[in-house]
Amino acid sequence: MNILVCVSKTPDTTSKISFSGDGKEYNGDGVTFIMNPYDEWYALVKAIELVEQHGGNVTTITVGDASNDIIIRKALAIGANDAIRVDTKATDSNEAAFQIVEVAKQKNYDLILLGKETIDYNGSVLGSLVAAQMDLPYISYGTKLETSGNGVYTVTREIEGGEEVCEVAGPLVISAAKGMAEQRIPNMKGIMMSKSKPLVVVPPAAYDSKVSVVSFELPVQKKGVKMIDPENMDELVRLLHEEAKVI
Amino acid sequence: MSVLVFVENHNGKIKKSGFEAVYFGSLLAKNMGVSCHALTYGQNPDAGTLGKYGANEVYVASYNGDFDTQVYTAMVSEAAQKLGAKVVVLAHTANGKSFAGGVAVKLNAGIITGVNAVPVVDNGLIVQKSVFSGKAIAHYKITTDVAVMTLAGNSMQPVVTGSDVSPQDIALNLPAAKVKVVERKTSEGIVPLPEAELVVSAGRGLKGPENWSIIEELAKALQATTACSRPVADTGWRPHHEHVGQTGVAIKPNLYIAIGISGAIQHLAGVNNSKTIVVINKDPEAPFFKAADYGVVGDLFDIVPKLTKAVETFKAHQ
Ligand SMILES: Cc1cc2nc3c(=O)[nH]c(=O)nc-3n(C[C@H](O)[C@H](O)[C@H](O)COP(=O)(O)OP(=O)(O)OC[C@H]3O[C@@H](n4cnc5c(N)ncnc54)[C@H](O)[C@@H]3O)c2cc1C
Repeated sequence: MNILVCVSKTPDTTSKISFSGDGKEYNGDGVTFIMNPYDEWYALVKAIELVEQHGGNVTTITVGDASNDIIIRKALAIGANDAIRVDTKATDSNEAAFQIVEVAKQKNYDLILLGKETIDYNGSVLGSLVAAQMDLPYISYGTKLETSGNGVYTVTREIEGGEEVCEVAGPLVISAAKGMAEQRIPNMKGIMMSKSKPLVVVPPAAYDSKVSVVSFELPVQKKGVKMIDPENMDELVRLLHEEAKVI
Repeated sequence: MSVLVFVENHNGKIKKSGFEAVYFGSLLAKNMGVSCHALTYGQNPDAGTLGKYGANEVYVASYNGDFDTQVYTAMVSEAAQKLGAKVVVLAHTANGKSFAGGVAVKLNAGIITGVNAVPVVDNGLIVQKSVFSGKAIAHYKITTDVAVMTLAGNSMQPVVTGSDVSPQDIALNLPAAKVKVVERKTSEGIVPLPEAELVVSAGRGLKGPENWSIIEELAKALQATTACSRPVADTGWRPHHEHVGQTGVAIKPNLYIAIGISGAIQHLAGVNNSKTIVVINKDPEAPFFKAADYGVVGDLFDIVPKLTKAVETFKAHQ
């Protein structure tokens, strides 16, 4: 099986968010970046598991500049065989998807996997954009993925308040959520090997932008907490009803 | 020209997210000076009620097969072309998010997902959404001729502005589904977390799964949905689908009650868009209090049953 896994970098979950003076750009100065957890913990590890079972190759693809190489090397250390980086900063998912498709359509991947969303822009849209441009079926929020290696996949996906089990023939695109696989920590051997695995940098294809950033801003701070006497829960209920108007 | 709103059909029922999307679409249509069309499918006896929330016309496609992104993409993009839609709106649900991108590709449209306010019309559409797991707000301009967007749940309260309209059939050329749904499990009766207006959530402060009855009783009194912090789901005290936060479900209910949860940044990331937050914690220094509207310092095993009683008394007098 040849599997393509989309991996992207995101600010570490504890980082403070700030923007450039004109509010048009995210300010990554002093921020630690990590591999997007859904890409790493679930999509990448599942791809590696499938190749361990059925043989094949795991390629990662990232759209971004050289600052992404650190997380790409980590993906290789965890067990991906090789990596591709499209050397451009995508402004949004529309562009990232376009660049991924330009690369993906050059080779017949059996499966394209990605995390259910990135924890920075929370778009949850990349998978559907990639699948539609390649005219492939797409299953989102996969929590379980099984195949006997015959090109047919059984996928359990999350839906509101439950789950659905689907059957579909590949090639296809699947986004991965919690449950799909267990996080793997790279070991010493993996880290050593990752240094010599191929990371191919390709130039971006020409893209006409569909969306532009107007501005970013930080949310207004809460006006401060009102403390309630633990002996007086009737007061809390009254406030929730009369002041907050939520019950 | 129109704004086309796609409305999911859940076994003959329209969910709140569908009404929200139509109401949102009607406000946007008004700003653009065009009409608002709703599109649904299959046996949908409530389709006409979409008129109440602002749909000028309601169309029903004849499809009642499984959810397949390619079929749904064809359904919505073809209808959009037939009806001359300039904007396509979908609810930001598991299914809506899964094929909104497909619709954008077919219509060569720019797409922004998780929009949470009515767009500003200014030589294109300026849309607002929450980013960095609620830590920031972004404004984007969609510059294409046609725009696609999904509406984040609970972003607006649908208001009745019109009256029922009679649905019309729309003939579409749909491909055969490639995805076969072989099984579906849903928990009946409970409002799923992403749709819940009231949420009672608990963390490691509960000490063990055997203590969850006090949480469930409070949730029952409020008719709220239960949630939990990540370690609680990871240790199997509660099911995974209850895990909220940056790596769990992101929610924005009207009321979020956090009990015995410290308020780690990754937890806050998934709940900080809640309208009102109540925190119950024995540690007055717990970081969650900084994000709270109302706080109670004390032992949860003592406070929660009292709160449940107070809610029951309040409900009995309503
Ligand atoms: C990459 C990453 C992603 C993460 N994603 C998430 C996520 O999505 N969601 C999430 O929740 N966490 C997430 N975490 C974990 C997060 O950092 C915290 O560890 C976790 O939220 C803590 O859970 P807790 O508040 O239940 O437990 P604790 O931090 O142990 O807090 C328990 C609280 O209960 C209080 N308490 C104890 N006994 C009582 C009592 N009798 N009465 C009243 N109060 C009491 C304590 O004062 C304390 O504040 C993530 C971590 C990482 C590194």
